[in-house]
Amino acid sequence: MDEGFVELQDLEVVSGDPKVLDDVLQKMAEHKGCGTKGGSGKASCGSSAGQGDMPDEIWEKVKNHPCYSEEAHHHYARMHVAVAPACNIQCNYCNRKYDCANESRPGVVSEKLTPEQAAKKVLAVASTIPQMTVLGIAGPGDPLANPAKTFKTFELISQTAPDIKLCLSTNGLALPDHVDTIQKFNVDHVTITINMVDPEIGAKIYPWIFYNHKRIEGVEAARILSEHQLRGLEMLTERGILCKINSVMIPGINDHHLVEVNKAVKSRGAFLHNIMPLISAPEHGTVFGLTGQRGPTAQELKALQDSCEGEMNMMRHCRQCRADAVGLLGEDRSAEFTTDKIMEMDVNYDSAGRKAYQEKVEEERQAKVAAKQAELETMAGEISDIKILIAVATKGGGRVNEHFGHAKEFQVYELSTSGAKFVGHRRVDLYCQGGFGEDAGLETIIRAINDCAAVFVAKIGGCPKNDLIKAGIEPVDKYALEYIEQSAIAYFKEYLEKVRSGAIQHVARGDADIRQGALIAAE
Amino acid sequence: MSYKIIASQCTSCSACEAECPNVAISEKGGTFVINPKKCTECIGYFDIPQCVAVCPVENTCVIDNSVPRYKAAV
Repeated sequence: MDEGFVELQDLEVVSGDPKVLDDVLQKMAEHKGCGTKGGSGKASCGSSAGQGDMPDEIWEKVKNHPCYSEEAHHHYARMHVAVAPACNIQCNYCNRKYDCANESRPGVVSEKLTPEQAAKKVLAVASTIPQMTVLGIAGPGDPLANPAKTFKTFELISQTAPDIKLCLSTNGLALPDHVDTIQKFNVDHVTITINMVDPEIGAKIYPWIFYNHKRIEGVEAARILSEHQLRGLEMLTERGILCKINSVMIPGINDHHLVEVNKAVKSRGAFLHNIMPLISAPEHGTVFGLTGQRGPTAQELKALQDSCEGEMNMMRHCRQCRADAVGLLGEDRSAEFTTDKIMEMDVNYDSAGRKAYQEKVEEERQAKVAAKQAELETMAGEISDIKILIAVATKGGGRVNEHFGHAKEFQVYELSTSGAKFVGHRRVDLYCQGGFGEDAGLETIIRAINDCAAVFVAKIGGCPKNDLIKAGIEPVDKYALEYIEQSAIAYFKEYLEKVRSGAIQHVARGDADIRQGALIAAE
Repeated sequence: MSYKIIASQCTSCSACEAECPNVAISEKGGTFVINPKKCTECIGYFDIPQCVAVCPVENTCVIDNSVPRYKAAV
């Protein structure tokens, strides 16, 4: 199972100023292999964009990791290589049987790779996508149920592309056996999926485990699994290896219990907790899909994440991507890098070009943080209990730069007098199919962002504009191409003024849907 | 007897291949197959056939009645 690395987003414009980055890409193309030397080592990150209360040494490790830092996923890409097909446990939310191009969810891949193919793929992708900084092995089974393939892949990649960070995602059953090897290969991030610390609850999630050459079922299976997960977590954090915990929120089964899980993993040194909504559609053929077990609503998920947040950092940008995803979080370019195509590619690993690109990205990130800070200072002295959510159509780079009709997802920010906080994202069906908005699609979008007071877009047509207003969601296009957080703070100030002057009334919004089913690559 | 894998149900996850004590399982035509000459139903090794225990799809590793019984089992 690999609920592990999960995420997504759009690729053409990766970072803030597309022109600057295009220039760098252009230079890379022109001077392939001839050192565009720029500075030494990593760009230092003086400020704390997205750092929150993370200690400096942890932030330094995660700031460029799209799966760990919410802010980094706008700028950096990751890839997963599907070298680990076997699994040693069965989860009720997973079904390995079906694989089609339209299914985008953990545990599913289109192609298995050998370690040698995987290593070549990583080099090919890293040379094509300079913001690719992270390689993960997340399945489609469990990486540690396939230790030979997993570690061979790490070995090959660390030899040829030592600047790429390695990580893996596991269910934890075999983790205690492999902690030393994980350390040996310099894997500095491990994700463990922990859905329970109470075996009685575990028995409702895991029908069986395969352990010591036996299939073990029920409470006993969950007890062994839980013991190994927590012991593995302790062993990793003792060795200074960063651990993120993924949990699948299953209403009625482990939703309240995840607060206990949060405490248990925090006390054992996990640095980030990612609570994800259950994906369960009948057509996926999972046990939960077939029994009609529902996933949480957007507000149920947010409430649980909020209640755990006092305890530790919560991750809210997870896009639950496939075990062979390539690209920025939320996008999938894996179709460009199939085995046939990779084997034909003449790969020239351009580390100098990668470095130049990444330094430009760092500059962009600093500019964005500075803009947000400046805007936030103007809010000093404002006192209000009002909090609102806004949805933002963005292609990435931290800017309001997507047309309403082209958005495949909306990012959701919570605005208060303490600033703009990213609290999640909502996937939607593409509203605009060939220029004609469809009413059914629009309703789906409204349901997905129904808890938001406004939607920020680069552009929007007249029809959807009116329907959004009718639904009580204000369409806002005046911040087109501006930084999201800076714009959101400015918007919130205006909102508070309008409430004070009586021009508008602040009303609580309703709940919203989490869309089930596949995220299909953009046409 | 030997075990066989029902190809139409095999997800090709390879979990059985590594668990087989007889190295009787290999990939063939996109799914995995058991060599009946090598399969011992795990008799002498484990209480339950390992391919059956680890397979994620129920009733996919099953007894193959078309071949003679494994001798040690008689």
